[in-house]
Amino acid sequence: MSGPNTQYDPVEVATLGDAEIERFVADALSAIAAAGSLGELKQARLDHAGDRSPIALANREIGALPPAARADAGKRVGQARGRVNAALAARQTELEAERDARVLVEEAVDVTLPVERTPRGARHPLQTLAEQVADVFVAMGWEVAEGPELEAEWFNFDALNFGPDHPARQMQDTFFVDPPSSGLVLRTHTSPVQARTLLERGVPVYVCVPGKVFRTDELDATHTPVFHQVEGLAVDEGLTMAHLRGTLDHFARAMFGPDAVTRWRPSFFPFTEPSAEFDLRCFVCAGADTGCRTCGGTGWIEWGGCGMVHPNVLAACGVDPERYQGFAFGMGLERTLMFRHGIEDMRDMVEGDVRFSLHYGMGL
Amino acid sequence: MRVPLPWLAEYAALPAGATGEQVAADLVRVGLEEEGIHGGGVTGPLVVGRVLEFVDEPQKNGKVIRWCSLDVGDLNIENADGTRSPRGIVCGAHNFLVGDKVVVVLPGAVLPGPFPIAARKTYGHVSDGMICSARELGLGDDHDGIIRLVEMGLDDAPVGTDAIALLGLGEETVEVNVTPDRGYALSVRGVARDYALSTGAAFTDPAAVDVPKPTDDGFEVRLADDAPIHGVPGCDRYVARVVRGVDPTRPSPAWMQRRLEQAGMRPISLAVDVTNYVMLAVGQPLHAFDLDRLIAPVVVRRATAGEKLTTLDDVERTLDPEDLLITDDGGARVLALAGVMGGASSEVTDSTTSLLVEAAHFDPITVARTARRHKLSTEASRRFERGVDTDLADRAAELAVRLLVEHGGGEAAAVTDVDERAAVPAIELPVGLAERVIGVPLTREDVVAHLERIDCRVAPAGDAALSVTPPSWRPDLRIPVDLVEEVARLVGYDVIPSVLPVAPAGRGLSHSQTARRSVSRALAEHGLVEVLTYPFVAPEVHDAFGLDADDARRRAVRLANPLSDEQPEMRTSLLATLLDALRRNVGRGATDVALFETGLVTRPERLDAVAPQLPVGVLPADGDLAALQAAVPPQPRRVAVVMAGNRVLPGWYGPARPADWTDALDAALLVARTLGVDATVTQDAGHAPWHPGRCARLEVDGTLVGHAGELHPKVVSALSLPARTVAAEVDLDVLVAASGELRRAVPVPTFPLAKEDVALVVDEAVPAEAVEAALRAGAGSLLESVRLFDVYTGPQVGAGKKSLAFALRLRAPDRTLTAAEAAAARDAAVAEAGARTGAVLRGA
Repeated sequence: MSGPNTQYDPVEVATLGDAEIERFVADALSAIAAAGSLGELKQARLDHAGDRSPIALANREIGALPPAARADAGKRVGQARGRVNAALAARQTELEAERDARVLVEEAVDVTLPVERTPRGARHPLQTLAEQVADVFVAMGWEVAEGPELEAEWFNFDALNFGPDHPARQMQDTFFVDPPSSGLVLRTHTSPVQARTLLERGVPVYVCVPGKVFRTDELDATHTPVFHQVEGLAVDEGLTMAHLRGTLDHFARAMFGPDAVTRWRPSFFPFTEPSAEFDLRCFVCAGADTGCRTCGGTGWIEWGGCGMVHPNVLAACGVDPERYQGFAFGMGLERTLMFRHGIEDMRDMVEGDVRFSLHYGMGL
Repeated sequence: MRVPLPWLAEYAALPAGATGEQVAADLVRVGLEEEGIHGGGVTGPLVVGRVLEFVDEPQKNGKVIRWCSLDVGDLNIENADGTRSPRGIVCGAHNFLVGDKVVVVLPGAVLPGPFPIAARKTYGHVSDGMICSARELGLGDDHDGIIRLVEMGLDDAPVGTDAIALLGLGEETVEVNVTPDRGYALSVRGVARDYALSTGAAFTDPAAVDVPKPTDDGFEVRLADDAPIHGVPGCDRYVARVVRGVDPTRPSPAWMQRRLEQAGMRPISLAVDVTNYVMLAVGQPLHAFDLDRLIAPVVVRRATAGEKLTTLDDVERTLDPEDLLITDDGGARVLALAGVMGGASSEVTDSTTSLLVEAAHFDPITVARTARRHKLSTEASRRFERGVDTDLADRAAELAVRLLVEHGGGEAAAVTDVDERAAVPAIELPVGLAERVIGVPLTREDVVAHLERIDCRVAPAGDAALSVTPPSWRPDLRIPVDLVEEVARLVGYDVIPSVLPVAPAGRGLSHSQTARRSVSRALAEHGLVEVLTYPFVAPEVHDAFGLDADDARRRAVRLANPLSDEQPEMRTSLLATLLDALRRNVGRGATDVALFETGLVTRPERLDAVAPQLPVGVLPADGDLAALQAAVPPQPRRVAVVMAGNRVLPGWYGPARPADWTDALDAALLVARTLGVDATVTQDAGHAPWHPGRCARLEVDGTLVGHAGELHPKVVSALSLPARTVAAEVDLDVLVAASGELRRAVPVPTFPLAKEDVALVVDEAVPAEAVEAALRAGAGSLLESVRLFDVYTGPQVGAGKKSLAFALRLRAPDRTLTAAEAAAARDAAVAEAGARTGAVLRGA
């Protein structure tokens, strides 16, 4: 546009009349309006606003006009170009919008088609439950302790005040390592971790202990030889049975909702004294349904055992029972899962069938 | 312990109309948990009938039924003319005779079950009721035939008598679970005490009887334990009572038989029934010897090695020097395993007329060990192990003698009482301990009152303590907290307040714990299903895996008492059990299965480790603790993955892609990556159970982490797995140990990226990883990343060769790279690859 006007033809000067320019504009506007696609519009732009377009040619001739006429001619041609360009831009916008709309329609898909290309995964609900339980205690400042599953008899029994001749030791249905003189067993409860924790961490200590345990029960709807427990142990100065109750009540509410109610029954465990078993008020029938399947109509669900740590346990772990006292509790995770979720057959949990885990997905 | 309510009511004042349910609820409050309620639930008509005649009728199904005519007195059928006819009843049993009195249930009655009775057509007759077996009446498990009342000593009952009252069928029996500390509750007397404690009901001690003094002619008994365990004599009291002139044909009274049955024991003979009845009543096990078969003196001593005894169950037992024995003839002949079981040689028979009744007190540990050693848990041993009232033997013997005299027509004779009991030590109880443990305000007076309620003798021991002597039936009360439990039980657990303790600030989950959660979650999100498997394996699994004879994974811990003799070993790898779960899922119809499990495996370094036996209640010495820890085999935590079938399912988007070795390796690397660990991968041609050409070995800093790839076809076949099953197993402990370090920041440069792609031709045997490592080394610090994006084999590169195409991405932290700089880095990388692996630029 700014190059020297080598095409100058004085003969054409007369074309810069108003009517002529109006005609150029009208031609341009009608061509622009007629453009049905971005391609046609591009052609219209070339024809009516390009370097060889009549208006461009007219513009070049301005220089040939007498100086007095140049300003006027320049103004008229400039206005004409402005009108054409505005029309071009407007039509461009229009046509682009039309094109975009069309493309989006063309690109539409059926979003109801299945999109998962790989089979789905899932957590095992017992593991998820163990994690939820741990989180409740961690939130109270407790820590999570662990220990071996194949354990020395001393940790599993003697450290917990089960002497070799104690009837309770025979009631544990223990798997013994061969030969029995090895002094090794599959732990029958998570409680050996109590002793390990006291020995390793000292006091004060507040830990929960989820883990796998073993008893020589045949697998049936309500028993499995390999199952899971979660244990709690708190040893500090001044802990009482009231603190034990407070902890269990909080835990029950965390697992079963704000209305959870517990009760205690006197019981016996070699490693606690006093000892109790604790029940949960049936959260399905609250004791109102004698035919309730969850609690068997008793209104209460047996949940676990608890008590104040026996001084012999503290002494075996090097803790001064005169200064420190504490409490411990434990419950079965399978049982908890069963009654919390209405699972009727223990076998579903242990046979490794993917359908059991998949039902719960990633959480509980 | 089964306690019939009328029996309980003799010792504790039950309210009128008390039900089993109410009594059970009262008992649970003081620690006797309900196991069940038996009996009751019977409504009549249920009467005594007499068999008038019967016809045995063979049936097409091979059975022979009896079509019986029964006289049931007033309940006989009333005819139109006012006469009465006997009832016709079909019976399947054949153990009765014409004239026998039996128990007949008639239409309209309900037997335990509930099992309503109606007249019904069967075997071509209308059976107008049923003749009952013991089991049908809820009287026990006997279903071999119907009840003949003559066998129960009830033949005197007239026809038409209400059998519900006669047999006590309306009586409920409460069964409670007795914890090992409460031996006293293995008796109606003990349960009655606890019932009285719970409800405030009056208690009447059945053992409050006067006993005759020992007589000069008492049967001689010597206590001669020369090897007490823990210094406690095996027997510290032995009462022997002689009863003569007992009529051996007299049965025990019907009420006694009924109570024994309600309590779960089978009536046998008067002498045996009386000893069992007294044991159930007061908790003192008794034994009756045939006096005429004894040679004085009786000696209570330990066995000598190799001695033998045939016990009442007809088993000949070789005795252990720790077994405590009852012997006679001055110790020459073995009569019984003390407190466990009698022997056949001195057994009471159906011709015994003179009895020696033994009531002794045996050491719990001695009895427990003998019972355990001979796998012989008896009613007596269960009680002695848990501790029998130390002040009961003479009175229990007296109760037995009185019953024998009353019901056997005998005469009480000589009395022996060898009493070597030590005094029960008092417990010094700090007054404040109960409050301190229970968390409920308790005054000195409260504590004293509670302890006195359970018959402790309480005396002051200074200002701050009490001297407490527990009653003779509570040998479980030994230390102050035992007394605290009694106080808590009497205060009532339900009054203890709920106070949440405030723990010191915790550190949250450990790195290992969060790491494991992340791994499990990552694998599940990655499309794998978490399962749990039992850790028990058969040794044959090692063969199926193709493990070498000296492979460390064959060194497995073996259980002495496995659930299944086929699977006695603890797994040494997770795959050994996870593959079973895969097979089970496929067997149940699953086709595309991807599983993972996290768990422990047991990897013993040696199989002869022995954990020392250390005492209860004592902190082990450092060396002993170390020995304990050392004996426990290492149990590393693993994660394993198995996949079979399709990894990508077929669909509208394209075809299926079967799971292959890459998926196993991808999952293993995902585990490492989740923990922020870069594992290096090398080819491992010799690691069972994997395919020798498709097994990746993962390492971190030279430490083995695990393996991944396709399983060996022979393993797949041996374990009946789907073809091309792939698997990975990774040691989480190693990964966790390698992770978790604080990561320092690196700047993120914003100068432009230079891209250089190179295709390198190498021998087919050259691992891609080696070429990539060489490129990295050669490119130097400008290299931001390198990625293999194509592998080509074929005519264009020649046989035995492959072309690997890598995308190099280069960037400088401080300037825009020139084309020459980028090219120089690329050339240096290619040169290094050439030097290390023989790689040449493709087309060069």
